Amino acid sequence: MNRRLRWRKFVSAFMLSMTGVCAVVAVSVLFLILGYLVVHGGASVSWSFFTNLPAPVGEAGGGMANAIVGSAKLLMLAMLMGVPVGFLGAIYLAEFSGTTTAFIVRYAADLLNGVPSIVIGIFAYSLAVLPFKHFSTFAGGFALGLMMIPITLRSTEEFLRSVPVSLREGAMALGASKWKTIATVIVPSAYRGILTTILLAFARVAGETAPLLFTALGNRFWSPGWSQPTASLPVAIYNYAISPYEDWHRQAWAAGLVLLGLILVINIVARGVLARGISVSRS
Amino acid sequence: MKRIVGIALVAFGLAGLLAAGSLSITGAGATFPYPMYSKWFDEYHKKNPAVEINYQSIGSGGGIKQVTEGTVDFGATDGPMNDDQLKAFQDKHSCAVLHFPTVLGAVVPTYNIPGVTASLNFTPEALAGIYLGKVTKWNDPLIAGANKGISLPADDIIVVHRAESSGTTYVWTDFLSKVSEEWKTQVGKATAVKWPVGLGGQGNEGVTGTIKNTPDSIGYVELIYAESNKIPYGNVKNAAGVFVKASLGGVTAAAAGAAKAMPDDFRVSITNAPGKDAYPISSFTWLLVPSRISDAAKRDALKDFLSWMLADGQNYAEALSYARLPKEVVAMEKKALAKIQ
Amino acid sequence: MATTTTSVRGAGPLAGSRAFLARLRDGDEIARLATFLFAASVVLITVLLVYQLWQGSALPRHRFGLSFFRTSVWDPVFDQFGALPFIYGTLVTSAMALLIAVPLGVGAAIFLAELAPLRLSDTLEFFIDLLAAVPSVIYGLLGIFIVVPLMRRVIQPQLKQFLGFLPLFQGPAFGLGFLTAGVVLAIMIIPYIISVSREILLSVPRDQREAALALGATRWESTWKVVVPFARGGILGSVFLALARALGETMAVTMVIGNTPVISASLLSPGDSIASVIASQFKEATGELYTQSLIELGLVLFLLTFILNGLARIMIAVTSKRGTGLGHA
Repeated sequence: MNRRLRWRKFVSAFMLSMTGVCAVVAVSVLFLILGYLVVHGGASVSWSFFTNLPAPVGEAGGGMANAIVGSAKLLMLAMLMGVPVGFLGAIYLAEFSGTTTAFIVRYAADLLNGVPSIVIGIFAYSLAVLPFKHFSTFAGGFALGLMMIPITLRSTEEFLRSVPVSLREGAMALGASKWKTIATVIVPSAYRGILTTILLAFARVAGETAPLLFTALGNRFWSPGWSQPTASLPVAIYNYAISPYEDWHRQAWAAGLVLLGLILVINIVARGVLARGISVSRS
Repeated sequence: MKRIVGIALVAFGLAGLLAAGSLSITGAGATFPYPMYSKWFDEYHKKNPAVEINYQSIGSGGGIKQVTEGTVDFGATDGPMNDDQLKAFQDKHSCAVLHFPTVLGAVVPTYNIPGVTASLNFTPEALAGIYLGKVTKWNDPLIAGANKGISLPADDIIVVHRAESSGTTYVWTDFLSKVSEEWKTQVGKATAVKWPVGLGGQGNEGVTGTIKNTPDSIGYVELIYAESNKIPYGNVKNAAGVFVKASLGGVTAAAAGAAKAMPDDFRVSITNAPGKDAYPISSFTWLLVPSRISDAAKRDALKDFLSWMLADGQNYAEALSYARLPKEVVAMEKKALAKIQ
Repeated sequence: MATTTTSVRGAGPLAGSRAFLARLRDGDEIARLATFLFAASVVLITVLLVYQLWQGSALPRHRFGLSFFRTSVWDPVFDQFGALPFIYGTLVTSAMALLIAVPLGVGAAIFLAELAPLRLSDTLEFFIDLLAAVPSVIYGLLGIFIVVPLMRRVIQPQLKQFLGFLPLFQGPAFGLGFLTAGVVLAIMIIPYIISVSREILLSVPRDQREAALALGATRWESTWKVVVPFARGGILGSVFLALARALGETMAVTMVIGNTPVISASLLSPGDSIASVIASQFKEATGELYTQSLIELGLVLFLLTFILNGLARIMIAVTSKRGTGLGHA
């Protein structure tokens, strides 16, 4: 073996192990993040964190009960507004539309998907806050719903298209009309993928902060109904993190742990649903 | 599947009804009085559980803007609205916006110099020089000259200011404009200015946090923020030539002259006030209330809160290092409440 | 005149609408119409968004025109607004993020696609996807409490000591600033580079690799000199995608960049980015010109991400086609 070859082999082994290092570094970042959150946040996650309202500035004992409920309400609204549009729009794209319309709709959805979340916030402010003259849970839900639309649309369309042609033709051969086929055959057979899509879209917007800054604003109390400003976990984390109060910092860590825990659990469940779905349809 | 959807819809509907009985009022604005306001609204809610006053501290500029847009029921600011802003409100709402002073506070120069725990003496020239970027090191003669006996390091000064539109900035730049001709022409006074040097922090909270974490830094914050976070703040030389440390007495002394000559709209500046006890960077802080509120329940609740604030509310001020309003101002405000229709 | 049309189908002025109504009774037509409305609303929303951004920035567009992009003054007192400091901040932090994330990301993708056994590769990819799901504000939280102090106490002083002669590392060590924002952004965009690059690399046809190895190349040489160049377009596409993501990042950046509109050669200096300034100043921009200038910044950001996303998609599509379409040289 000449020297040149030995050198090349050495370079090969070295560079390839470097790529291994890169992969390890990338993955360990996730564990570092989780580790810090568990260590710092774990201590502050207490019963009062989940049940108390925020205390006046500088006083201890406050909690984030209203932020947790507020986030839940915002996300419910977002799903109510975003999922039907994405889902039914996807049905149109997969079942009814011609190629030009499909192209236009998909293009618009991709455009919407690429819009930075702060710009969505500006849009939602001018559409859902200014005309009604107040910040509201509704406006926040609207902004988040907008962000759910493109993800839901594109992904659902993919899953609908992946339903085997044989199933469609079978239904039609039995005399079912198109909409009956869609409702009773196509959608149910793609339901795992659609569920995964909704879960992933949900997890995506659960952590969004920027669009809520100009829409839901914030609230130190419970937010009654849908037309008042509301606290939310991501905004609470932001406000508390940049404050100088130790107690608020601890609460920010706790909230971060809760939020990230929720998002990771949803992601894992969603991928689990999909994986089971794929293995089921193969057999 | 259908059952899950059904339960979700019912929960949804119930959530909408949650606490639908209480009256919710939203206000936004200054971070300067936020510790005071959060205490007040909390106490007021305890006495009147049906009323929730939700105050968001987003900065005085935010208070002015959102009350003008009509997206909040009242605003709060430490930099009074100027004539253009008043006119903009009038044009938009066909009624005026009223300023109601709530408490008095002090803006202090706070710093974090390793090894220095004493209260430094700052002359107006030193402060203007630091914020203009002319005085760059802590041991500069302009600072050292007033602090004989304290050894200052030769480190670079890290200047911190407000990133967003702020009443505290208004008070600070108002003071600097009065004591430095160069500042007045180069930068001016406003809630947001073009800072010659420095780092931006969000809100009084953000500036305090940055100072705490950054050695060799200096910033300007409301007194309570420096006190409750136990960071040192300096004495400032007032118009009478005396170095005064910010205190309730100093702020009240600064307001004494203005109390007697208060204009009807309550917009007044008390920085660099005369008198040997006066603290030179003091200010009123105001609530901005529209003179016509169409929702009767909200109007009555706000008027009730303001009356409470002028009476019982003042008792909470001193514990949080804000000074009470002078008696004459309280009397004037009680009469002005009638203007809210 | 009209008396005879009721019994004759297909004739008369009302025939068209009558036929439509007849079709409407058919369930399929309702379904088609209903779903069309929803699909159309997506287009409507997008058009409305662009329109709002355009209209909402009319004042500064007319007042400043193109000089908006050349001016570095952001002065609300004297009504002078220039976008340059924010464009600079956005570009610098994104460039820094790419500088760190691309080598790491492509390296990791190579490992996952070429070296790791499938099970390991899938497991690691699973964790990388989870990393992509972490919200911006959590990165901001970690940025403020972990990265900034680390920068201020350890890394930046070291940089100043050893590399302080470069204009890149001059000025006080704030901890906050371009460098910190760039590092935090890098961590945020690595997952995107890894997942897309891994897909692209996996789609490179096997015969490319095997041909190289048959000609005597080492594993590394076959990867670096044959497979990666083949996948070059797609990898570049993933970089564009990551860049588009980095440009629009708001929360993590605004919490660590220092919120100061300056243009400075030093990476240790605080600065500001487009998304960050909108987030911190939009709620309180008093006066039409101020507010609309911020909206114009939003429009600029939108256009930047739009162009990058478009380019990215084209490059990825072209490379994938090459991968599947080729079986022969």
